[in-house]
Amino acid sequence: MLRSLVRFQSPFGNILSLSKVCRRSQNLGFASKYSTAAAERKRFYQDVSISQGEGGLYEINLDRRKLKTPGGKLFTVPNEALAIAVATEWDAQRDTLKFYTMHLTTLCNTALDNPTQRNKDQMISAALKFLETDTVCYRVDEPYGLVELQKNEWDPVLQWIENRYNVTIGSSSSILGPEIPEATKDTFRQHLNSYNFWSLTGLEYVITQLKSVVLSMGMIDRHLSVEQAVLLSRLEEEYQIQRWGNVEWAHDYDMYELRARTAAGTLFVHLSSESSSVKSKLMQD
Amino acid sequence: MATLSSPLRVCRGILKELRLIQGPSYKQSLAYNYVMDQFRKNKVTGERYCRAQQEAHHDSHTYLCLLASTRNHLFLHNLYHGKGERSPEEVAGLVGLRLPTQPGGKGWEK
Repeated sequence: MLRSLVRFQSPFGNILSLSKVCRRSQNLGFASKYSTAAAERKRFYQDVSISQGEGGLYEINLDRRKLKTPGGKLFTVPNEALAIAVATEWDAQRDTLKFYTMHLTTLCNTALDNPTQRNKDQMISAALKFLETDTVCYRVDEPYGLVELQKNEWDPVLQWIENRYNVTIGSSSSILGPEIPEATKDTFRQHLNSYNFWSLTGLEYVITQLKSVVLSMGMIDRHLSVEQAVLLSRLEEEYQIQRWGNVEWAHDYDMYELRARTAAGTLFVHLSSESSSVKSKLMQD
Repeated sequence: MATLSSPLRVCRGILKELRLIQGPSYKQSLAYNYVMDQFRKNKVTGERYCRAQQEAHHDSHTYLCLLASTRNHLFLHNLYHGKGERSPEEVAGLVGLRLPTQPGGKGWEK
């Protein structure tokens, strides 16, 4: 919760740090990303391009100036695909800059600045705490249609994750939720430890959005697609929508926002945790 | 549960989204070149169940979802939540009145 608040506040002109950044930028000739105006920022650049700096890290250039994080650091990305995606986000802005649509940029900023000063262990514990209140494990007793729906849709995912990781996670309809044995948590902790810091940032973001560790792991392991995971996360809402009707300005709005954030988080994790090389083989007859 | 639409449909979807973002010159953009590159590289594979190909397919599907949902979200935001409040002059104009003017300005204005 706190992290998302910090993330929201930082794009909109942290007035105290801005004056420092501006003074620094006059000396170095680099421009800061945010002006002192708290009102909307207009698009001040024509072209967005990427370049490779030292250490193989990629940077984003807006016209001639290099992009910087809200904390003042140079915006660097470990791989090219993520850099291109961020550049596309910046390029998609028309007239005014709408930071709430630039999810990948926000994630990169969080990973680079680490405003809440967390290390890997803290992030893993925070992520695992969601397991006790996982959406998929919380069942209802009441409208029978919803009980059936939960059983049909959520049980396969639970079985899949129990098989994949060799753990036990029950589902329960009591108010306290399921009892998660320590062995399960240790297995997950070990698994999450194998991801690097950037991937963990993205993964925790996805878990917070979907309110479920099970669905997030399903998506990261490519068992579910983004639309499916979002649908499963919003299962009760979808049931009510089918019963009572859809309200576009609330339901669809929330659904698209959730999809965008989840997709950005998943892409962030996948791009940060993999590296690819092409081996071309000749066809042998 | 893991059935995704074919790579061709995903590719066309991504290109459509890029065209909507960039306009007519989308073929010169970075994203276009990279996406087409990746699709071509992963098209031919020697194995029957190639993990890299499946991963790339899932990633392309995720990226398509990202582009489409940000566009839809922005559209709905502008449609329903973007207008903000009316200024006092407009509110007065709704009922056909005008705000009073004070020639010397109000006391706290310069």
